[in-house]
Amino acid sequence: MDAANEAGQAKADQIKSDHADVDPTIPATGSAVAHEPAPKFTREEELHAYHEMLLIRRFEEKAGQLYGMGLIGGFCHLYIGQEAVVIGMQMASIEGDQVITGYRDHGHMLACGMDPKGVMAELTGRRGGYSRGKGGSMHMFSREKQFFGGHGIVGAQVSLGTGLGFADAYKKNGHVSLTYMGDGAANQGQVYESFNMAQLWKLPVVYVIENNRYAMGTSVARASAQTDFSRRGISFGIPGEQVDGMDVRTVREAASRAIEHARSGEGPYILEMQTYRYRGHSMSDPAKYRTKDEVSKMRDEHDPIEMVRKRLIEEHGVPEADLKATDAKVREAVSDAAEFATHDPEPDPAELWTDILLEARG
Amino acid sequence: MATDILMPALSPTMEEGKLAKWLKKEGDPVKSGDVLAEIETDKATMEVEAIDEGVLAKILIAEGTEGVKVNTPIAIIAADGEDVAAAAAGGGKKADGADSVGQPAPTPTMQAEGHASAPAATAKTGDDKANAPASPAVITNKTPAPVMAEFPEGTEMVTTTVREALRDAMAEEMRREDSVFVIGEEVAEYQGAYKITQGLLQEFGARRVVDTPITEHGFAGIAVGAAYTGLRPIVEFMTFNFAMQAIDHIINSAAKTLYMSGGQLGCPIVFRGPNGAAARVGAQHSHDYSSWYSSVPGLKVIAPYTASDAKGLLKAAIRDPNPIIFLENEILYGQSFPVPKLDDFVLPIGKARIHRPGTDVTIVSFSIGMTYALKAAQALAEQGIEAEVIDLRTLRPMDTDTVIESVKKTGRCVTVEEGFPQSGIGAEISARLMVDAFDYLDAPVLRVTGKDVPMPYAANLEKLALPNVAEVIEAVKAVCYR
Repeated sequence: MDAANEAGQAKADQIKSDHADVDPTIPATGSAVAHEPAPKFTREEELHAYHEMLLIRRFEEKAGQLYGMGLIGGFCHLYIGQEAVVIGMQMASIEGDQVITGYRDHGHMLACGMDPKGVMAELTGRRGGYSRGKGGSMHMFSREKQFFGGHGIVGAQVSLGTGLGFADAYKKNGHVSLTYMGDGAANQGQVYESFNMAQLWKLPVVYVIENNRYAMGTSVARASAQTDFSRRGISFGIPGEQVDGMDVRTVREAASRAIEHARSGEGPYILEMQTYRYRGHSMSDPAKYRTKDEVSKMRDEHDPIEMVRKRLIEEHGVPEADLKATDAKVREAVSDAAEFATHDPEPDPAELWTDILLEARG
Repeated sequence: MATDILMPALSPTMEEGKLAKWLKKEGDPVKSGDVLAEIETDKATMEVEAIDEGVLAKILIAEGTEGVKVNTPIAIIAADGEDVAAAAAGGGKKADGADSVGQPAPTPTMQAEGHASAPAATAKTGDDKANAPASPAVITNKTPAPVMAEFPEGTEMVTTTVREALRDAMAEEMRREDSVFVIGEEVAEYQGAYKITQGLLQEFGARRVVDTPITEHGFAGIAVGAAYTGLRPIVEFMTFNFAMQAIDHIINSAAKTLYMSGGQLGCPIVFRGPNGAAARVGAQHSHDYSSWYSSVPGLKVIAPYTASDAKGLLKAAIRDPNPIIFLENEILYGQSFPVPKLDDFVLPIGKARIHRPGTDVTIVSFSIGMTYALKAAQALAEQGIEAEVIDLRTLRPMDTDTVIESVKKTGRCVTVEEGFPQSGIGAEISARLMVDAFDYLDAPVLRVTGKDVPMPYAANLEKLALPNVAEVIEAVKAVCYR
């Protein structure tokens, strides 16, 4: 093992032990390949990541607030704590690569560049929402931004995302499908049907398993015989790796490898993002299945946004005032979104009967 | 003891086939496992293997003979040591009854046509007439006038099976647009479990004719995902029974996404395959899902009867920007109908057709139900009752106007379907007539349906479970108070 690999292994071990500190139920089985530590971000990259993650954080906090006020109905699943995953992934993708995910989807939409106003207005069920108020939190799409939902049936997006990759291969357009799922969805049967076909046909799909340790209230160890999700593709020959999903740099680095693999025609790749959700599964989650200490330890020691903030100050010498300015800008954008989403009218009653079928072409 | 080799059945619905080739000639010694001949149907080719040892004493059906009925003796094998000439002369028709039992038809070596058909493709005894598939209505080549009205006058008609019509529809649309592709189990190299996709791989290649693993949930989802991007998949389910594995993607991912996306994300996809009962395949492979799918907003549901409708409507389905359920029927696959010879024959989705005009009662049906309806109408005409038979063709959107107009004229209605009675298509028509034609009805609407039981396997019970012509006649007489 040369020095670089040793360093990579050390880093990987560090990630594992960091996680093991918090949740010893996750065994440190590790990924098959050790990689060099993620290279540092440039100042601009760190600033970009900071802004994007902060937007998701503040947006979700606001959504939680509006939910509490009764302005958002139904189910509402917040992404707080997991921001580094989708932002790191997006930083490694190119325009035209598709994104599809499950029901915890607000962060992915913002990361894809969808307008916070349109997303928030969908949450409040208003006519300016991305689905004109007819989809809600779990069902939003943007063809323009290549965001394909927003799917409420756990695991369905995995086959659908594989289909996006199938279309990329069919059209030979050089794009890659970034297909997200949680640790819970990773136990659905269709995931493995999809893995099989994706590898069989060498489809350009990166499967991102966001392991936030709990499928609703069931911990990974209580639901999964194989808790190392990076190994879930082994029987199909799909390479995988475990990634520190709390560090956006590590995420982007792993994402680049995975996306390059898929784009070059080598087939699918699995990234297990070891992450954590601070909030409950949904707004009505009593969180009896984990301790407050576990949550606060994660927040205090591994927060993805704080990590970047610290690096910006310590490594890049960014003045606090600049970061505060970014905070203010983000708060304003979120506040505008909330303002729009709470004042936009509800859909016209006639909308009940639209968008059921498309008119056939002549 | 000489034994007859019988024409084997390749599938539960096979009635006859072509003796394509003899691989042994008279006088050749044969041993167990030797391939004697090749048999072809429009669906598949198989080899006939010898089961016993002996000498091929006589070939009874010459190579190249078409239309050889299942269980017809095709050759005689003389047992070891037996006088070959005597065996050839006597064959299985010897006066000595004890010796005349035909050898069971050899076990076909071809793979079954589908998960279900495998056991049924095994040997059948010579006199097992009960194995013959339920007899469909006799289809004449005389095209009813209302059918002709859909083509330009003077259009040449070509006799075509439903199977060929479906294949032609797909091939034509695939030639027309590169975004159209076929995906499913055994659609490519096998040429289709029911030979619907025959020749497509050869013409369009593996990129556009995609064999999948046995993984309905997965490949249905993949196809829907591909459709989101604007591709136009034709998903073949080997039967709609297996689509139950995939129903989440059909309903939740395909049918609802346009609405949930506020009109942004359409799903131009066709799910097609045989639906309902075939013959002797038991409850899990005989379910008619017509009414299930017809209740889902966001889907269009088509269930054609004739080959021309199958072709014109499948072409329309492939071009349609919405998710389409295209329900075929295995027993109809081999039936021939006149199909117009037109460069681009597309029928409108959502239009019923009066298949047989009449004045006394309206019979509404679709798909294979039409066979019962038409036979009954013929028999009723001889008894002085002129039934108007309507083929719905599309179940969603349902063309109730055509039905209502007819009932306004006849005042009576009987519905015919193979599906279950509760919440069936007949129940729906009945409810709509009660609202929209109540004042015109001279009798309650009666439904002729499959019985409210899982499909039994036994031949006699299966027959009882399905609707029949007598039941249609009886229902018509009841609503006519005759």
